[in-house]
This record gives sequence, C-alpha cells and structure tokens, in this order.
Amino acid sequence: MEIKCEVPGNDFDRAGEASASIKKALQRLGVPADIVRRVAIGTYEGEMNALIHAGGGVIKAEITSNLTIITVKDKGPGIADVQQAMKEGFSTAPDYVRAMGFGAGMGLPNMMKCSDKFSINTVVNKGTKITMRFEHK
Amino acid sequence: MLKLSEVQRALEARSIVGEDKLDREAESAFGADLMSDVLAFTRKKTLLLTGLTNVQVIRTADVSELSAIVFVRGKMPGTEILQVAKNCDIPVLLTKYTMFEACGILYKLGLPACPVKELKDE
Repeated sequence: MEIKCEVPGNDFDRAGEASASIKKALQRLGVPADIVRRVAIGTYEGEMNALIHAGGGVIKAEITSNLTIITVKDKGPGIADVQQAMKEGFSTAPDYVRAMGFGAGMGLPNMMKCSDKFSINTVVNKGTKITMRFEHK
Repeated sequence: MLKLSEVQRALEARSIVGEDKLDREAESAFGADLMSDVLAFTRKKTLLLTGLTNVQVIRTADVSELSAIVFVRGKMPGTEILQVAKNCDIPVLLTKYTMFEACGILYKLGLPACPVKELKDE
C-alpha cells in the first residue's frame, strides 16, 4: 500500500495532517501500536521540517506486512553540513518558528532515534530527501 | 498514576474537550512549551502541561499518544484548535494555575515526571 501526501509550505494550521493520515492508515492495517507511534512521530518531525525549512514537500509511505518506509522529499535549500544538522540542539529555524514550539534542533536526531534505519540525501539549492525505515516487529 | 478527574479536581480545572473521558489515566507528566522536546522525550499516556495554545500542541499530543493536555495560566485555545482535539480524541483541561504551580500540585499528589528515555527503549 502506498500513501502520498503533500506538505503545504508555511501553513502551520495544516501541518501534521499528513502524519495523522498515515498514522490512521497504519492503525487500520493492524500495525503494532508502538511501531505506529514511532512512525507517526518520525513522519511528523519530517513534515514540520519540510514546512519550516523548504516551503513544503511530499511525504510518501510505503506499507507492507512487515515494513513501513517513509520518505520526505522537498525542493528546499538543502543542508550544507549534515553532521552539524544532526547534532541535538543545532537549528537554523527562525524565531517565529521557535515561538510556535519548534526549531529546537531535535527533529533530525529524533527521526533517527524513532526509525530502525535513517538516511538523508541532500544537495544544496536542490533539496533534501529523508528516508526512514520501520520494521513491524 | 492519576485519573484525569483527579487532575481536574486538583487543578480546579475546566474540562473543555472530552468530559466523558475523565476516567482515563495519566502515568506521568511533562511540562513544556517546546513541542520539539515533547516529541523527543515523552512516552505514551503522559499528561502534557503547556502554555502554548496553537494547533501543533494537539498534533504533537496525537502523534505522541499523550493521555491529555492541560493548558495553564487560563489560556484558552481557539475553537478550531479544540475541534482538532475533539477529532483526535484528546481530552483538554484548562487551569488558572501557572505552569510551575500546576506541575507542583500534581507532583505533590504523586504524579511522577515522564522518564526521559530513548524511544526504542519503551
């Protein structure tokens, strides 16, 4: 099963809708609850990142009986120093984002923590693709 | 562990969403205005106390499977935000106490802090 969701750019009121719908689909398919929670948190972090840093993007969920793969793809500015971006507490989010409770520099490290396998492909001025793999066990 | 009805009584709180779900239990609590921290550190069935009233608080509680949200210092979220909470089945309480007071009251009643653990350790 495949689900594709658009993440609208800079629309904070709608942010989270993509991860909510993926979460519901996984629940309907009977994926174990603790896996659903990890997928939902990781996807939501990815969704917020695409919205905050890249003016939106596309989230794809590929779900099989024993595996969920989430990809978050954007055409944003890319990440110049991935190692730095992966550090807890490092963030380039503007102040208005911090005032909304985000931009603490926890997003990428949290996505890595949530998933069983995490990879990031990024090209400056082209965009970023994040892939998270979750085993259903 | 505290029932939401006990939380409501202790904080003299108004139940504004999910009045029929006050027998739900909170295993621990976390006080934060930083949703990034809630996403990174809480466990399910945690009670969230916050002064932030945007829709992302509800989204964060939903994906993190928290037991309920307490808005502190009398801050009332907008109706569209409460509607999202209703749709996500998340009870919402409103207390006049500040974050520090509300956390202190619940801690004194025996509600423990949410243990900060790696997600996969659950």
